[in-house]
Amino acid sequence: MISKVHENVLEAVSGIADGSTVMIGGFGRAGQPVELIDALLAGSATALTVVSNNAGNGDAGLAALVGSGRVAKIVCSFPRQVDSHVFDAVYRAGRIELELVPQGNLAERIRAAGAGIGAFYTPTGFGTLVAEGKETRSIDGRDYVLEYPLKADVALISALRGDRWGNLVYRGTSRNFGPIMAAAAATTIAQVDEVVELGSLDPEAVVTPGLFVDRVVAVGERPWLRDGVFVGAEAAS
Amino acid sequence: MSAGLDRAALAARIAQDIAEGSVVNLGIGAPTLIADALPAGLEIILHTENGMLGMGPRPAAGRIDPDLLNAGKQPVTELPGASYFHHADSFGMMRGGHLDICVLGAFQVSEHGDLANWHTGAPDAIPAVGGAMDLAIGAKHVWVMTDLLTRDGASKLVTECTYPLTGVRCVSRVYTDRAVFDVTAGGLVVTELFGDTTLDDLRELAGLELRDASGRHENEEMRS
Repeated sequence: MISKVHENVLEAVSGIADGSTVMIGGFGRAGQPVELIDALLAGSATALTVVSNNAGNGDAGLAALVGSGRVAKIVCSFPRQVDSHVFDAVYRAGRIELELVPQGNLAERIRAAGAGIGAFYTPTGFGTLVAEGKETRSIDGRDYVLEYPLKADVALISALRGDRWGNLVYRGTSRNFGPIMAAAAATTIAQVDEVVELGSLDPEAVVTPGLFVDRVVAVGERPWLRDGVFVGAEAAS
Repeated sequence: MSAGLDRAALAARIAQDIAEGSVVNLGIGAPTLIADALPAGLEIILHTENGMLGMGPRPAAGRIDPDLLNAGKQPVTELPGASYFHHADSFGMMRGGHLDICVLGAFQVSEHGDLANWHTGAPDAIPAVGGAMDLAIGAKHVWVMTDLLTRDGASKLVTECTYPLTGVRCVSRVYTDRAVFDVTAGGLVVTELFGDTTLDDLRELAGLELRDASGRHENEEMRS
């Protein structure tokens, strides 16, 4: 019997080595695997390279990881936000390396890694600072920049429901980077609100097939999501 | 008469140019005001690059869903017909030319349609680009919504951008508080003047060659 289900988040994130590249899903707080990040923080892994769209919001989750000093480098598209004070301080202190990647290039580089693509030409960023030093090419009269895949040792993602094979469904805009990060990492760890019986997810509606997922852990209903009504204070900012 | 349009009026003016059936991405900041100005009853599909088509307005108080955000990470709602997709698909929609219109803010736009809107280039600035570069080169029509002048009185329409570029020759139209400009192979063409702004005012403020297609002379009596 296949079972990728882990009993708790600490067990689910075990074995992440120092120096690992860790993809972290989420766009702002939507889809951010906060419970898995907390579990990573409870461990000792350090000198990490983090790949995520943002560099943390507020003080929890990714922001706490960045603030812990255990992230040596972050690859992201939009670190500076109204509530990115943790990253701002660490960056200005020169304690983190930043690789800034346009959001679509970030997504496509991650997708390319999972899909076995060696490199790709994209029009995004041509003629700008982010293309400096990169190979370019004109194809059918349009200018492109060569970009390489972005893979990871580990992906931490958040989904709504999963089964013991690792099949996942998401909710709303929290899907964002989950499906492509799941495919781009050697080990993909998914937190879900609920683990459901094998066969109870509609196969037509599965978004991430289980072969992309290695570990699944249930974190329970998120307290700030109840009957579709916003009840917590945390996500308000 | 006034010098021009305020933000809300400019948003309403831009909304008039968005046809039913269009798929539109409204950039973070002032362009989001356009959503509230779209004519009721027309089916215009809003795309948000974090992974949704058919985005609706802000939720009522107490109905905020943290799993349902727009690109500015503000809470939004889902309209009938909405769909969700992952980031690679979302940016494929842009890059692949499937969006009809995007409206972006700007620091500078050159007379050739180069756009600068992500980075001031200041040494102490923390750069953040997000989806701006993808939007700039992706949509069929890239419109800019901005004040003509900066707070310091400098023109945002320039011969060549001095700020780091977001995209090269990508902007097709610029809606400002003073006038609407089309970017053409022959330079900037003024298609509409707001308030009591004249072509000569614009030439002086922007320091650019401008072609007049505003029809101001023909319409002068009607408008006054």
